[in-house]
Amino acid sequence: MKTLLTGNEAIARGAYEYGVTVAAAYPGTPSTEILENIAKYPEIYSQWSPNEKVAMEVGIGASIAGARSLVAMKHVGVNVAADPLFTAAYTGVRGGLILVSADDPGMHSSQNEQDNRFYAPFAKIPMLEPSDSQEAKDMVKTALEISENFDTPVLLRITTRIAHSQSLVELTEPQERSVKPYKKDAKKYVMIPAHGRTRRVFIEERDKQLAAYSESSDLNRIEMADPSFGVITSGIAYQYVREAFPQASILRIGMTHPIPAKKILDFAASVDVLFVVEELEPYLENQIKALGVSVIGKDILPPYGELSVSLVKAKILAALGANVETAEEGTSEGTTAGEATGIAESAAASDCDCGDAIKPFEAPVRPPVMCPGCPHRGLFYVLKDLRLVVSGDIGCYTLGTMPPLEAMDTCVCMGASVSGALGMEKANPALKGRLVAVIGDSTFLHSGITGLMDIVYNGGTSTVIILDNSITAMTGHQHNPSTGQTLMGQEAPAVDMVALVKALGVKRVVEVDPLDVDKVKQVVKAEVAAEEPSVIITRRPCALIVKNTEKPLQVEGCKGCKACIRLGCPALSFDRATRKAVVNSALCTGCGVCARVCMFDALRKGDE
Amino acid sequence: MKQGMNILLVGVGGQGTILASKILSHVALAQGFDVKMSEIHGMAQRGGSVVTQVRIAEKVYGPIIEPGEADVLVAFEKLEAYRWAHMLKPGGTLIINDQKIEPLPVLIGTATYPETIFDDIQQRVEKVTIVPALEIATGLGNAKASNVVLMGVLAASMDIPRQCWDEALEAKVPARFLELNQKAFQAGYDYISCS
Repeated sequence: MKTLLTGNEAIARGAYEYGVTVAAAYPGTPSTEILENIAKYPEIYSQWSPNEKVAMEVGIGASIAGARSLVAMKHVGVNVAADPLFTAAYTGVRGGLILVSADDPGMHSSQNEQDNRFYAPFAKIPMLEPSDSQEAKDMVKTALEISENFDTPVLLRITTRIAHSQSLVELTEPQERSVKPYKKDAKKYVMIPAHGRTRRVFIEERDKQLAAYSESSDLNRIEMADPSFGVITSGIAYQYVREAFPQASILRIGMTHPIPAKKILDFAASVDVLFVVEELEPYLENQIKALGVSVIGKDILPPYGELSVSLVKAKILAALGANVETAEEGTSEGTTAGEATGIAESAAASDCDCGDAIKPFEAPVRPPVMCPGCPHRGLFYVLKDLRLVVSGDIGCYTLGTMPPLEAMDTCVCMGASVSGALGMEKANPALKGRLVAVIGDSTFLHSGITGLMDIVYNGGTSTVIILDNSITAMTGHQHNPSTGQTLMGQEAPAVDMVALVKALGVKRVVEVDPLDVDKVKQVVKAEVAAEEPSVIITRRPCALIVKNTEKPLQVEGCKGCKACIRLGCPALSFDRATRKAVVNSALCTGCGVCARVCMFDALRKGDE
Repeated sequence: MKQGMNILLVGVGGQGTILASKILSHVALAQGFDVKMSEIHGMAQRGGSVVTQVRIAEKVYGPIIEPGEADVLVAFEKLEAYRWAHMLKPGGTLIINDQKIEPLPVLIGTATYPETIFDDIQQRVEKVTIVPALEIATGLGNAKASNVVLMGVLAASMDIPRQCWDEALEAKVPARFLELNQKAFQAGYDYISCS
């Protein structure tokens, strides 16, 4: 049976069909749905871990214990998980172990667009890259086989367009799930230097065997057609090249580490002009050039952002055109030049209906915003009002940097708000006493705890505000160790945030309802002024996970001062004709933050 | 439908573009086509602009529709029609839900919602159908069904047997909402002939 699946759903299906029994992840776009879908198969034990390093270690432990295991994360999550990953490359596996890295070219939902393909040669592990959902599923099978046959973790690298695009996938019956018997093997799994040195030599031998496998594997496939030019490509870029040039000769590399050197040399020799089309860095290009092959790649394509059919087509045609001119000047390659011109002309001809294209209109942007009733809004209003320096973090509340709140000074990575604040106050005495860090519940548990420990240990005085909305909201409401529930739907003990921060040595801990703007202001002022570490926990569930029972607000006696408009609530607007605030009662959740900032008592709850 | 189509569904997070694209994909698959469907998740739920792409052909390679390549653009909101109109092929069809959702820059007064969207669009796009889908759905008892009203309008513009659409609705809409959505679809399907 064939069905439409996203790449993420296909990977989950692959885990189900090919015997994975343990899966772990920390949510992160565009990887989140892999574990959400694995959780639909009760045959697989699946879990959210507090962060990617922990998820990786759970996967490594499960593999050593004998299970086929899968760990998934977004590209920046691999940075967090890199420590265990690099040594798991030494220990190897017992049950097959897959790490899925979901990269985000174009930064649709990320703080950077690092190219995680480099992790494969860096950690010395093999890497597979699917070009659609069917391959995403099939490669789970291949990756598990490679993992077990070559005794190595395998990197399955996808990008947003693979993760979030649906294409047809053939479903098959799941194979039998089994766990290999456990046997102690300290020389393999205890990485003390003496054992590590032995495994280090093994890795080099494994690399050679993997290179030989890559050479003969049909993961790397030559589609020979017109020999006038050829393209080496992988992942989603393969689809763009195939669509742009239906007749082109293509070497599609599905195993992008180690690359199939001989296949590349053979392919290069069989075409007149060679291109490499890959998103982000010249990862394949540099390796191909190191083989002594002349290839056109990042000379014509950008090393950032996403590629597209039209971009690939235009750049290759332009380069072929230039190549034709050079060749004709040299006269020795007349036939080649002629053929290339033919392709360039026929490809260009198919595109000539663009004369009366519809010109774009200038439309005001529609950025994502904090939802109506969002508990973060009141806090950021206060932070702006008090003109504090705000060390920011990753989550829905990062939207606090957008107009009109604009109350955030930094955002680097998960957890950086807390430790970054300490660095700021230590570096610049002028920041002391007007500095706060803001971090969500899930992000604090991910990597904020150690930063807070550092503040206490090293005599910092920064105020850390934990925005506890009882969920991992930004990625679509996943549970975490403070929510009281697991990925598989079981009840779980919830982390006691107050006890946790007290245990770290913080003496000043205050809990406050973020909708109570006056109280928040009073608390923030007091804690920021305190000459010792302090933690404020703003506690209120995400407005999207609780059933709203409040009535929408009503406007009466508005003076047109626009104080409420400066909250940036999608349920509030300003009528220029009447010069009064207007509440959109279909959107308003009745949270009442606007009523609290109104100096004229013009906003009231419906029943007051 | 003999050849494939590129159909772009645009709107604001929460308007139901995804269910609409699922119905559409189901229909295309039943007709024996290859289908790829793509959307960007992440911040969509937070009131941002959302785009769902459905590519239908004998064989589909890339999942993305590029500017000037959409055969049909279904805009669930007026400003989104404005934002994405250039994605249409010359001669392509534009279906617009007559609903206004002001983005935050407009709400806080740093940007203006264009007042002449329909006039402007009609100057540049030949085939435009404006549908009061929200009004129709509200009339049927649930504003949320406006996405399926728009699917009805789209279906009426496509050369695919009606029965395929009915089957897709049954397959993709949860049973307790099926009757409402069948009515919504019918209202959209009849919209052009009645107006």
